Amino acid sequence: MADEKFDAIVVGAGPSGLAAAITMAKAGLEVALLERGSFAGSKNVMGGIFYRHPLDTIVPEFWKTAPVERPIIEQRYWMLGDQGHVGGGVRSQTFDGDKPNCWSVLRAKFDRWLAEQAEAAGVMILTEAKVESLLQKDGMVVGVHTLLDDGDLNADVVVIAEGVNSILLRDMGIHPEIKPNQVATIVKEVISLAPEKIEDRFNVEKGQGISIELLGTPSQGGVGMGFLYTNKDSLSIGMGVLVSDLARLKLKPNDLLENLKNHPSIRPLIAGGKTEEYLAHFIPEGGYNAVPRQIHGNGWVAIGDSVMLVNSVHREGSNLAVKSGILAAEAIVAAKKKGDFSAATLAVYRQALDASFVMKDLAKYKGLSHFMETNPQLFSVYPNLINDAATEMFTVDGVSKREKQGRILKMVKERRGLFGAALDAIKGGLNAR
Amino acid sequence: MKLEDKLFLVTFNADTESHLKIKDQAVCRKCQDKPCISGCPAACYEYEHEKDEVMVSFEGCLECGTCRIICPYANIDWRYPRGGFGVKYKHG
Repeated sequence: MADEKFDAIVVGAGPSGLAAAITMAKAGLEVALLERGSFAGSKNVMGGIFYRHPLDTIVPEFWKTAPVERPIIEQRYWMLGDQGHVGGGVRSQTFDGDKPNCWSVLRAKFDRWLAEQAEAAGVMILTEAKVESLLQKDGMVVGVHTLLDDGDLNADVVVIAEGVNSILLRDMGIHPEIKPNQVATIVKEVISLAPEKIEDRFNVEKGQGISIELLGTPSQGGVGMGFLYTNKDSLSIGMGVLVSDLARLKLKPNDLLENLKNHPSIRPLIAGGKTEEYLAHFIPEGGYNAVPRQIHGNGWVAIGDSVMLVNSVHREGSNLAVKSGILAAEAIVAAKKKGDFSAATLAVYRQALDASFVMKDLAKYKGLSHFMETNPQLFSVYPNLINDAATEMFTVDGVSKREKQGRILKMVKERRGLFGAALDAIKGGLNAR
Repeated sequence: MKLEDKLFLVTFNADTESHLKIKDQAVCRKCQDKPCISGCPAACYEYEHEKDEVMVSFEGCLECGTCRIICPYANIDWRYPRGGFGVKYKHG
């Protein structure tokens, strides 16, 4: 195989790599995809909610045959205090129907299926194939070095879709090592539960599902989040904080997840379920500022989590990954027509990504990651403050509502200070515009 | 639920050689907090008092990368396991 040259080699069978491979194969390019796991999906973890767009632009109506779990018809947001939660959400039947908005998925199953679609489109997938390094010649990336029997593989372009731990980009010096405040360590359990119980507990019709995003006391003051998603016959529950806060507060990831599972608002929802699997993964949390300056070069492009394309405010990641894969692939298809794979030609990818929702959305929340991380009171003081204030207001005990407002104001003064609270509101508002 | 009971549920295909290496134990000796020990979600790191060394059990590694990033001295040589080895999720 050493003499053979592919048009493109993709490193990693996640949503970004598979989307890129499918797009290129459908345009007639010869594509090899190398996956280090024993099957595509065996190393892949997310919460996980998977959006219809933009995968449906390259695999039309994928949800009709793909192993998606449940269409998400309701998204809840809860702020957890010690004794309960304050929450809101959005529910609409329009999230289901002919074209659902998103589904819960289990990535080991979903990615495996997507890899089969890639193979059907003509992509050559090699599993148990770890890329050790990139081959370079005269300033161009020209292939990958592996320990396979076939050894080194050559290509016009290498697509780096390694995921958040992108060792290849680091070793190339393209982007420096991840900083502890740019990633969160999330641990998750998949807990089996009968479908009827899921539908009863979460108030949905047969087959439908909901998502709950969780902030608050289980993170023990760490900047972090949790989630609870309904699958077909299981629940995905996860919790995590920034690595910098794991270190600062000496937290153990599994303890945080146990806090969440034992929280009074969560415990009844998962009661009687059986833990089937325990998983851990990074989520890129750095937003716009964590995206490396260089995401393409001579003979290479980098996509998805490998370049930190996650909008953590909206917990969107796999859709950004798919979009970046499609745009990178389109740039490569155009480069192939020109017969030029230089950084200048592949810059089309960067331009298209900047013009797409991916970078626009990341730019919108540009300052928010930094704001949250530098204002730990948002995660230590406010969850109980907000819950206690709401509980005070809703407790009928003969005290007038005006007096209750006074009590709440006193709580704010004591726990955060009026000036601090006003400043938090203004800064938060400005950063979320 | 205890961590060891959870890890028992995970499928691993452990290699014979570790993909995680402490670069220099002298650096670990000077490290006050040793955040790798508390931060690893699979408790792969342990401090061995007798040897005065940080030990790594790579066999139960979930490949998240936390140890590499949490180490204040960049003292962990972190690689992916060889192709086909390491954690093998059935749900994901």
